[in-house]
Amino acid sequence: MTDLIRSTAAETAKAIAAGEVSAVEVAQAHLDRIDAVDEKVHAFLHVDTEGALEAARAVDAKRAAGEELGPLAGVPLALKDVFTTKGIPTTAGSRMLEGWRPPYDATLTRRLKEAGVVILGKTNMDEFAMGSSTENSAYGPTGNPWDLSRIPGGSGGGSAAALAAYEAPLAIGTDTGGSIRQPGAVTGTVGVKPTYGSVSRYGLIAFSSSLDQGGPCARTVLDAALLHEAIAGHDPMDSTSIDAPVPAVVAAARQADVKGMRVGVVKEFGGEGYQAGVMQRFHESVELLRSLGAEIVEISCPSFTYALPAYYLIAPSECSSNLARFDAMRYGLRVGDNGERSAEEVTALTREAGFGPEVKRRIMLGTYALSSGYYDAYYGSAQKVRTLITRDFDRAFGDVDVLISPTTPTTAFPIGERADDPMAMYLADLCTIPSNLAGNAAMSVPCGLAPEDNLPVGLQIIAPALADDRLYRVGAAVEAALNDKWGHPLLEEAPAL
Amino acid sequence: MPGITREEVAHLARLSRLELKSEELDHFAEQLNDIVDAVARVGEIAAEDVPPTSHPLPLTNVMRADEVRPSLRPDEVLAAAPAAEEQRFRVPQILGED
Repeated sequence: MTDLIRSTAAETAKAIAAGEVSAVEVAQAHLDRIDAVDEKVHAFLHVDTEGALEAARAVDAKRAAGEELGPLAGVPLALKDVFTTKGIPTTAGSRMLEGWRPPYDATLTRRLKEAGVVILGKTNMDEFAMGSSTENSAYGPTGNPWDLSRIPGGSGGGSAAALAAYEAPLAIGTDTGGSIRQPGAVTGTVGVKPTYGSVSRYGLIAFSSSLDQGGPCARTVLDAALLHEAIAGHDPMDSTSIDAPVPAVVAAARQADVKGMRVGVVKEFGGEGYQAGVMQRFHESVELLRSLGAEIVEISCPSFTYALPAYYLIAPSECSSNLARFDAMRYGLRVGDNGERSAEEVTALTREAGFGPEVKRRIMLGTYALSSGYYDAYYGSAQKVRTLITRDFDRAFGDVDVLISPTTPTTAFPIGERADDPMAMYLADLCTIPSNLAGNAAMSVPCGLAPEDNLPVGLQIIAPALADDRLYRVGAAVEAALNDKWGHPLLEEAPAL
Repeated sequence: MPGITREEVAHLARLSRLELKSEELDHFAEQLNDIVDAVARVGEIAAEDVPPTSHPLPLTNVMRADEVRPSLRPDEVLAAAPAAEEQRFRVPQILGED
């Protein structure tokens, strides 16, 4: 282990288990890296130095006692600040929760701790996971390690940037409309939205409950698979948790073979609004898969062009209801309680002060879409589109094993460019949203740099619900072939920080 | 389709318990108009005979075993409250004074 911060999670865990390096040394190396670069990157909202070192010491003690270590024991991780962590600040990127220390761990947090994963801290995000650039964080934007003047994607920009800046080999994101995959694509890292219901939402601060899904972020497909297996599985604390075995994603990542697979290219994703260099790398990926033995089929999913409008009715509707809990009574911010004002007035003043503009927009949009007189035309129609999109997927997966598309229409855009233009911002999620609406599984894997700006491009792979293993087969095959071609992983081309 | 007026934004803000500032009303009215115009497209393909989907999983009434389990400790929960008194959340007046 010559380079502790550039090693993969799989290598690091192996070295710790073999006693070549201690978990404390690994944790300290990452804490030092955060110290050195995070002032520039701003991936973290909170670094839990003491907690990380304590968790690492526990792993070292277990090893010293001869106990068996799990496949990720001692590996550091950056946790999106939307999962509760007992006693550790959890803000969801909002002033509303500034200083809040949750009294309980999310199921995902608990599973990570049980796996011996070392949680380094909490990462920056768009407020309540609403956004595609991390600019909606109340605590300032995160820079893309490829170019600090550009966005790292969102909402999980902090998690993706932490990976690309070598501040952590693993991270956790949540994906409601693309918030794991789009940051993965624009930072040259791997991001997976597992099948809806396969990773517990207990302790995940809710944005849009029928869409939100936690998932793994990593620098390699195998690392993502190892993390996927650590966090997925049935949880009685989440009533929408699927009671089914987790697909064998680690085995699939090791298989990395697409021979004989039928791969569908979604016809609707491409054309106007798509950057030329993104499409070029995408077409090369299609040819690469063909050369690796996959059969390529063009698939039409006509309803997908209505996914974005449907999403921007369904997600705001659910958010307007979910965020009603921030009422200034039980936890979080309270403003204007002068002994004269009523509870209702204090609630309204607090929400005005505690929420940023995008959150307010979406709460009001959802309130509008759900109001009597408009319900059928907006929310009701969006729910029907959701059915049509699911049918398009069902038809497609009757013919092919996976679908592929670019993850995002463009590479990382400059910070500030779309900050006050909501519709332009929403376009970043054009290709990722259909999978959230249908609840299936999808991954973004790096597929090169766009020639015009030398910024990373992501290939999106989509599989049917509960067939997440197919993502890893295809993703690992693409990754291996491209690393062979380039002679190194894509991230090594990122400029030094 | 009716545009969203400044008055309508004020109404939505009241329903949403957001004490918006005057300058926010105009800004949001313009932006919400653009968004509503764009998302209204869903009506183009939402035919009568298409059933709605509210959730990706066909689950109803998921129950846990009704077992007594430890709950969160009151002092830990109240430590995060904006104001607490006698092991309760202290809130501003809810009913008018009489």
